Amino acid sequence: MDTSIWRALFYLVGIMAFAGLNAAYLGWCERKGAARIQRRIGPCEAGWAGLAQPLADGLKLLSKQLLVPQGVDGIIFRVAPVLAMIPAITSMVVIPFSGNIEARAMELSVLLLFALASLGMIAILLGGWASGNKYAIISSARAVSQNLAYEIPMLVTVITIVMISGSMNLREIALDQMGGFWHWNIFRLENGHFLTMWISFIIFFICSVAETNRAPFDMAEAESELVAGFMTEYGSMGFGLFMMGEYLNIVVGACLTTTLFLGGWDCPFGKTPGVWWFLVKIYILIFTFIWIRWTYPRTQIYRLLNLSWKILIPFSLANLLITAALIKVF
Amino acid sequence: MQALVCQSAAAPALFSAEGMVGVIFLLTVVLVFTGALIAVNAQRLVRAVAGLAVCFTGLAGVYYFLLSPFLAMMQLLIYVGAVSILIAFGIMMATPEEKRVTGMKSRSLLAGPLAFSTGALMFAALTVLGLKTEWQVFPRQGTGDIKAVGMALLTTHSMVFELISIVLLMAIIGALVLAQRGRN
Repeated sequence: MDTSIWRALFYLVGIMAFAGLNAAYLGWCERKGAARIQRRIGPCEAGWAGLAQPLADGLKLLSKQLLVPQGVDGIIFRVAPVLAMIPAITSMVVIPFSGNIEARAMELSVLLLFALASLGMIAILLGGWASGNKYAIISSARAVSQNLAYEIPMLVTVITIVMISGSMNLREIALDQMGGFWHWNIFRLENGHFLTMWISFIIFFICSVAETNRAPFDMAEAESELVAGFMTEYGSMGFGLFMMGEYLNIVVGACLTTTLFLGGWDCPFGKTPGVWWFLVKIYILIFTFIWIRWTYPRTQIYRLLNLSWKILIPFSLANLLITAALIKVF
Repeated sequence: MQALVCQSAAAPALFSAEGMVGVIFLLTVVLVFTGALIAVNAQRLVRAVAGLAVCFTGLAGVYYFLLSPFLAMMQLLIYVGAVSILIAFGIMMATPEEKRVTGMKSRSLLAGPLAFSTGALMFAALTVLGLKTEWQVFPRQGTGDIKAVGMALLTTHSMVFELISIVLLMAIIGALVLAQRGRN
């Protein structure tokens, strides 16, 4: 592997730029998407079609005072937003954007992504607790119980993928699915995996919506119940970092879904694989995230937990057994 | 540790590859100790949990340096992602009073000096042991990849594996019993 300093620098700048642009412009996409779904226009003043809106927002957030309210746990309160951001950006290091665009080839990249996702959970927990506000504490307790509950079916469905591909390396999992959409894990024809893999995909997708705290599962920042949840006490860039972390988590979730189920950078017709297909797929998934958020109302916390513990986990375990049987039989 | 000692003996340039690796190793060690000290000394329990999480993260770094990335990931996933969170959950459920005063409550005057001398003795003994022992550098066994770990778990260490599963089963049944009792 090329270990020159230039390669490292190139990827460092590239990943930071990709993360920053996504964090900024997904906010714009979300506002535009929400507006269209609600028959409004959305941001349109700043720049053409409101495209300069993220810059204006960023400028505003950066120029506001960093307010630390009385009675909060100062250090943790300041550290938590940064902690929300770091794992999301770090996750991008192991994502294979295409056959030759991957910052760090790693044998256990799937595991690393999940380890980092659990670090992001700590940021929410600490941020909510340090605020010393009832809403924030309820919210962080909810966020953690939700994330713990949905991590289990998510990991179990990932195990089915790992069994099929025989690897925990995202790159190898993607390479295993090359050559047209009938090789992708979701529609996989060999060994009859198409019988169960679409269930895996649905479970995984629901879990990734829940893990990123998106509506209809955004119990952590339920505006109608908890003001803004763990972000209640945060203003200016602290709030901005939490939002950016949230959008980056969505990007990472979409990248993971694409790599695990949708063939990574593979072309559906097996002609021109490349990074463009990867981007097309992740943005379709991200659009679906936005679409779902503005279509379905928020659920309730106990329904949310019941969905995970009583439906998703048994289904994912049965799915795991069936997949293992299919691998053994064929 | 031996590798580190070798490196410092050869004193590689700071900006060479080995030098940077050494710096990163020292950073992980600093992380472990800072986290541990925060965990022990913090007045607020939440800070103690945060310190514990920092300590675990540093330990994951040490595992990575010992060429076992699988263990490092598991350390992050289980200890940082689950154990710290569970402890934090426990704190939330119990809602203990913030800033409980610890220490300075011992009944005997001897307690402090005794604890200190015991600690100092342990430290001195371990230091002597560490400095006097002829450290051997073991060759790397296996590739440390997940396949080897799985093989070892299901062949050489299958007994341990089964016993752990029994412990987990008991924990699940215990949780069910407790939850059932709470509901009635």
